[in-house]
Amino acid sequence: MKFLPLIWKNIWRRKLRTTFTLLSIFIAFLLFGILMTIHNSFALGVEIAGLDRLVLINKVSLIMPLPYAYQARLQSVPGVDLVTHSSWFNGIYQDPANFFANIAVDPEPYLKVYPEFRVPPDQVKAWFEDRQGALVGVDLAKRFGWKAGDRVPLQGTIYRPKSGDVWEFNISGIYDAPDGVDKTQFFFHYDYLDENSTVANGNVGWYIVKIADGSRAVEMSRAFDAMFENSSAETKTTTEKGFVESFAKQIGDIGAIMIAVSTVVLLMFGLVAASTMAQSVRERTSELAVLKTLGFTGPAILALVLAESLFIVCLGGGLGLGLAWLLVQRGDPTGGLLSVFVLPAGDVWLGAGLMVAMGTLAGLMPAVSAMQLKITDALRRN
Amino acid sequence: MFWLRQTFAVLVLNIRTIPSRLSSSAVAIVGIAGVVVVFVSVLSIASGFSAAMQGSGSRGRALVMRSGADSEMTSGLSGAEVDIIRQAPGLARDGQSGVVSAELYVIVDLAKKSAPTFSANVPLRGIEPLGMALRPEVSIVAGRMFQFGTNEVIAGRGASGQFVNLNVGDTIASGQNRWQVVGVFEADGAVSETEVWCDARTLQGAYRRGNTYQSLLVSLETPDTFDTFRDWLTTNPQLNVSIRRENEYYAGQSQTLTRLIQTVGFAIAGLMGIGAVFGAILTMYTAVSTRAREIATLRALGFDTSSVIVSVLAESMVLGAIGGVLGGAAAYFGFNGYETSTINFQTFSQVAFAFRVTPNLLGLGLFYALTMGLVGGLLPALRAARLPIPSALREL
Repeated sequence: MKFLPLIWKNIWRRKLRTTFTLLSIFIAFLLFGILMTIHNSFALGVEIAGLDRLVLINKVSLIMPLPYAYQARLQSVPGVDLVTHSSWFNGIYQDPANFFANIAVDPEPYLKVYPEFRVPPDQVKAWFEDRQGALVGVDLAKRFGWKAGDRVPLQGTIYRPKSGDVWEFNISGIYDAPDGVDKTQFFFHYDYLDENSTVANGNVGWYIVKIADGSRAVEMSRAFDAMFENSSAETKTTTEKGFVESFAKQIGDIGAIMIAVSTVVLLMFGLVAASTMAQSVRERTSELAVLKTLGFTGPAILALVLAESLFIVCLGGGLGLGLAWLLVQRGDPTGGLLSVFVLPAGDVWLGAGLMVAMGTLAGLMPAVSAMQLKITDALRRN
Repeated sequence: MFWLRQTFAVLVLNIRTIPSRLSSSAVAIVGIAGVVVVFVSVLSIASGFSAAMQGSGSRGRALVMRSGADSEMTSGLSGAEVDIIRQAPGLARDGQSGVVSAELYVIVDLAKKSAPTFSANVPLRGIEPLGMALRPEVSIVAGRMFQFGTNEVIAGRGASGQFVNLNVGDTIASGQNRWQVVGVFEADGAVSETEVWCDARTLQGAYRRGNTYQSLLVSLETPDTFDTFRDWLTTNPQLNVSIRRENEYYAGQSQTLTRLIQTVGFAIAGLMGIGAVFGAILTMYTAVSTRAREIATLRALGFDTSSVIVSVLAESMVLGAIGGVLGGAAAYFGFNGYETSTINFQTFSQVAFAFRVTPNLLGLGLFYALTMGLVGGLLPALRAARLPIPSALREL
């Protein structure tokens, strides 16, 4: 502890150099935080998808519908808590560039299956009662400035209304949810779609089944698929996690590219830190020799130099990661292209670990050479 | 003239001493090279994707979809509508009938080679017999063309490379359907190389579509008869369709993803650039401080301050240029032509494409590297110019 002032003095020996080193480490970890957020958003929030929810899609492909009649058959299977369904509507709000997920659901069971959506009770009631009502995510509402009571037209691409060209909706409520859940979705009544569409015909897009015991997911999935085998619409059942994951996989290598970029960034700035430390130790060779003459042991010198480099990396990195976290709290800057925008806690810890590793590695070489310094050589050198 | 010679002399001196300051110069070079690698390679994704999309489709062909549909995937046309459109003026004709192909565009689940346990949405297109003649850029490179009226399919080269079970002789099982792969085709790198093609009639049965289609691809008599064709369709009260030139349709589809990648690429490269500039500043400060005595001597000998400034800036830009060239080369050899596939959210289906490191991107990267070098050299150059001569000379 009593050596803290010494370390402090050493750090600020060359103010300019320390400042710029701090700044580059700061940038490195700011970038790390942002890249990890993007990486996570391309993984579509796989981490938080429910394990006790199974998703049934048409075996041929997701775009093929399933008969509405499956609902009752699924509900009667022992071990099934609740069955509900969703249909992808693919409506356009004003311009195709304003893309967001709009999905027709059966409101009451849907909210039971997805308890993570938090909606004020009066808005839930309003949504249930209004056939044209829609429940929208808080991020989506923010993006377009919607509030409860607003009337929103969507142009149907797959489904056309019986009269007119657009589908009219009333915003009944706005849902919030824990971090990592997509808060840019738009849900509305399936009944409204089914009754007013020229094509809907007793089909739904996919089923979501909440099972009582998550550990039986695999065997229940097999049982469901067996039920509909050899029918006109065979099914493929996966856990919701698997469903989201397989969708994320389709985006391809983008996640891997983000990781690769992060690695380049960290290596690059790690080199900056290492070179700075090496230089600063080289400049101080004679001082270190004096310290040794005064009776500092080799390990003590090692600790002094390592502490210095750890301090610089952890201070700069901590501030950078902190700023990244703050930026992420402000929400997605691309206007809705990234539907899940969170910096996962796991990645924050990873960042902290990387800081310690980088600080140690950067200081290690110069610290070891300082430890092994021969007093006589070092003093003679100048 | 004299000033130029002075500057040049100092610059040569600086550059010749770079090897003795290798480790500190390496910080600047590696930093700048790292930024250029990331900058060029991320943007090469966007340029590869948009090249694949924009190279698809011809100005001389038009795509007819239901009005309101934003892609073939969401469109739908009845057999009756299709028959009316076949009669439209402005079409290229082969004898009596127009050169058109009414098509279906659906998805078949196949596993990606890079992630075999997950299925990916591979587009499956049903075409009519004229569909091949309509697209002269398409040629079979392995196996043969499928026979109409059977369950045979041909796979695009990109699809065959990215997904399992798409080689000649393979069978795809999809629900209760079985598709035999009998050929592989090429289409000048267009998006259709990610597709699997089969007979539209067979596909109608397999996907229970009755006598409906999703889009109609037509060959225009000349590219200029587009308006005639479109006006006839849009004024026909029996039809409710939208008509686009094929090339414009594909260009429109590439926008969302291209914009996303470019935003991300520029943001990351911008931030990294700031970090690299700090690295360059550190390097150049070291360069100036280790040569403080030399610089002071030069100035005592009567060398101009501005030539000292310019020479430090130039040295820093030389480091930037080295970094830029190294980074550009790494990006080119590491990523150019790298084949991958991603999902196109507009059609909900996979698109295979290759990263493209274009000369334009390399130039941009080099320019960025020089800028970083220049900015990084500014402060140290001023420091060199302001160095008090007596104390710098006295310094050990």
